[in-house]
Amino acid sequence: MEKSINITLKVWRQRGPKAPGKFETYQLGNVSTDSSFLEMMDQLNEQLIAERKEPVVFDHDCREGICGMCSLYINGHPHGPDEDITTCQLHMRKFKDGDVITVEPWRSHGFPVIRDLMVDRSAFDKIIQAGGYVSVNTGGAPDANATPIAKPVADLAMDAASCIGCGACVAACKNGSAMLFVSAKVSQLALLPQGKVEAAARAKAMVAKMDELGFGNCTNTGACEAECPKNVSISNIARLNREFLSAKFKD
Amino acid sequence: MSITGAALVLFLTFHSIMNIFVIISPEVYDAICHFLGANWYALVGTMGLALLVVVHICYALWLTIQNKMARGANSYQVKARPKGVEWASQNMLVLGVVICGFLCLHLYNFWAKMQLVELMGIINGEEIHVGGAAVVQNLFQSPVYCILYIVWLVALWLHLTHGIWSSLQTLGWSNNTWLPRIKCISNIYATIIMLLFVAIPVYYLIVNLIS
Repeated sequence: MEKSINITLKVWRQRGPKAPGKFETYQLGNVSTDSSFLEMMDQLNEQLIAERKEPVVFDHDCREGICGMCSLYINGHPHGPDEDITTCQLHMRKFKDGDVITVEPWRSHGFPVIRDLMVDRSAFDKIIQAGGYVSVNTGGAPDANATPIAKPVADLAMDAASCIGCGACVAACKNGSAMLFVSAKVSQLALLPQGKVEAAARAKAMVAKMDELGFGNCTNTGACEAECPKNVSISNIARLNREFLSAKFKD
Repeated sequence: MSITGAALVLFLTFHSIMNIFVIISPEVYDAICHFLGANWYALVGTMGLALLVVVHICYALWLTIQNKMARGANSYQVKARPKGVEWASQNMLVLGVVICGFLCLHLYNFWAKMQLVELMGIINGEEIHVGGAAVVQNLFQSPVYCILYIVWLVALWLHLTHGIWSSLQTLGWSNNTWLPRIKCISNIYATIIMLLFVAIPVYYLIVNLIS
């Protein structure tokens, strides 16, 4: 049943990376419970534009939970209070009439705020560039079934590959650690024969880049796994530790 | 953190098993105390343990500073602990500080009255043997000490419930199947060690209440 609710929004406003930010409170009426959280944000921006105020800047793209572009730390949870979904998949039916909703950006040294709720997540791209790929020598394409892969291994690799790189793990972690992201990227490749060849070098390079970019250390609280919209498991972190330690021992 | 932590867990295992003899058979306990008195191997062991503790604490402080910096200057206004995240896991440093404070008290209560006395004796050219069981019985005459030690052991238990499985995870000994199993085994292990420890102050508390 569609109905409308009235909500109060406390939104973080910040002009730029260096500028000090603060919360602004907005009243938003007549929000359909069928709308998504981002549609509600659009509604807020239309209202702000009508009032000749600056609209709120926030990240979004595909709005179907696969691109990893949307962020927002809503009422103390990255991607909001619902489980295993991204912000764009969060619906206003999760909220009640008269609710106060606090919307903050991802806060971490590795993700500086660009403006308002938009943060710079290019640190993740730099980590990928450091080794999150498979080197392919060009030539004739091999037959797809030439390399047999066991089903359980393929499943594990697929589960790790479900990471969309949104950064919720870093946002949720009390240490601002990117271990879940890095471990998912290392795992998806290290599990498969094509990626295994470069596994040791990849683990070392990506971990070194992660540390260099100022992400924190993993203390195994498991907050990343709990808040991950794709339910990536912390057993990937154990695999990364294994890959990293065995690579270091070989040196 | 994980390697020193795991080594300290092994020490605690031994310590808890040895302690329980103070209730079962004070003579055996005294014999162990004598064996671990001011001998060269016991002193090497003590210094090794002190080194482990210092490395564990230094690493903890260094990592915490790095982690605080990584969190950034602004903290979240609304904080919620997600489902499935243990309180202990997010407060290991707080628990560590509590444990460290009580550890100093513990060293003053026992180590300073047992191994240190024997060591000073050797330096002064006399051979002293302290009866360990008597020192324990003497301290736990006071119910305040019994309760202080129980509080300390609860903090240590919380620290271990996260610490044991976490150290195995950091060393990479975990996967989808084994992660829940390791967590379960670690909790049971931590609880057994702590029950062995806590039995002593509880025993003396009850004995003193009855008499």
